[in-house]
Amino acid sequence: MNRRRLVLSVNGGDHEVWVLPSDTLLDVLHDELGLADVRYGCGEGVCGTCTVLLDGEPVNGCLILAVQAAGRPVTTLRGLMGPGETLHPLQECFLRRGASQCGFCTPGMVLTALDLVRRRGRTSREEIRYALVGNLCRCTGYTKILDAVEEYADQAADTPDGVPS
Amino acid sequence: MVAPAFEYVAAGGYDEAVRLLADGGDEAKILAGGQSLMPMLNLRLAHPELLIDINAADDRQPSVADGMLVLPALTRHRVLLEHDLVRRHCPLLAAAVRHVGNVRVRNRGTVGGSLAHADPTSEIGSCALATGARVIARGPGGDRTLPASELFVSYWTTALAESEIITDVLIPVGRPRQGWSFQEMVRRTSDFAIVAVAALVELDEEADTIAAARVALAGVADRVMLAGPDLLTGLTGATLAGGTGAGSTGAGGTRTGSSGAGGSGDDAAGAAARIAGGLDPADDVHASGEYRRRLVRVLTARALREAYARATGAVA
Repeated sequence: MNRRRLVLSVNGGDHEVWVLPSDTLLDVLHDELGLADVRYGCGEGVCGTCTVLLDGEPVNGCLILAVQAAGRPVTTLRGLMGPGETLHPLQECFLRRGASQCGFCTPGMVLTALDLVRRRGRTSREEIRYALVGNLCRCTGYTKILDAVEEYADQAADTPDGVPS
Repeated sequence: MVAPAFEYVAAGGYDEAVRLLADGGDEAKILAGGQSLMPMLNLRLAHPELLIDINAADDRQPSVADGMLVLPALTRHRVLLEHDLVRRHCPLLAAAVRHVGNVRVRNRGTVGGSLAHADPTSEIGSCALATGARVIARGPGGDRTLPASELFVSYWTTALAESEIITDVLIPVGRPRQGWSFQEMVRRTSDFAIVAVAALVELDEEADTIAAARVALAGVADRVMLAGPDLLTGLTGATLAGGTGAGSTGAGGTRTGSSGAGGSGDDAAGAAARIAGGLDPADDVHASGEYRRRLVRVLTARALREAYARATGAVA
């Protein structure tokens, strides 16, 4: 199999990579571009640790080929952070609420929750639970994650442009 | 696990994809949303030499024509869930898709891919059967139309020829005197169904009695399947009480149904018991066959009652 050249647009920057047709987006982001915030968990789309935003929507990095992402905007957790890696407000909520323990699931949780809040604004705890059902956490028991997302959703709803700063 | 190496080509249209598929033969697979195929590759359950990506083959949106809801095969699950035409004309499907995968899977997975994958626990497959949907398949000789009831053959096996690709799914639009219900049992939200039941009930023009009912089942055999129409004819002329059905259908069935005015009526629990009695689901790690049969009895009765209540307008 021949490698082919692609340009991946990740977190606002373009990266030239040489990939096998069978390389997943996860493989390339993690192994080639060194993005440790995109993680292999299950390889079958169930656990959510490889979540990235593709064209702004959460997808499984393990279930999409790198070649399919060529030229399309990809956002990982790091892409949410400000200059000097200042935390995104949702990350602040996670910290404040103790919603992160080992941290392995956190990037996927944050990206998925952010998508929910962007779409729905303030929303019920049940709806947050439903949106996050594909993001597994083996540490927290989820309660504090729900607290963090709920707090962020309430903030977002109270902010005129829907984006708390 | 890591997927085996394969070649990849993106098809610009269905005709090109069909040509590539015909050339590739056994060793080629179509890549649509990839939410079933990619896990199979990652787990090395599939070993194609070539993936033909059809994601750029078609960019049509759902539409309605000639009494049919027309879903282009590449319609994503998220669109099924949210699209106004789907919610209005096939609320059964919009509701069932809430049970499919998780938000990431629904962002990529497609209606045509789901049907072609032919998982025997498929929510979308059971809805296609319950609604009397048809698929349009394109092959080297052109298009043909196939009823969903002839599509599913066995585990992950369809009646599609080797180089045919589903391009459209056609669903008869819902009618005013029709009600629907989707019932599913899973251990965790987003799991594959242990058993799922999709029901459509149609009322008589004049009275609130049943004119026709259709029930499709997932998780009970080697494919999604329709309950035999003869098992449901007893419902003709019946009225069913207990709309939402929750909790009213324990072992043996609380018989809340009754025959309609002048009809040789039957009730939901009776029909459900007949349907369950004719099944022989296999045991597997998720559930015993006996438990699945029990679920069919309970969920079918619940589905018939809820569909009936929706048809009469008692339930939204």
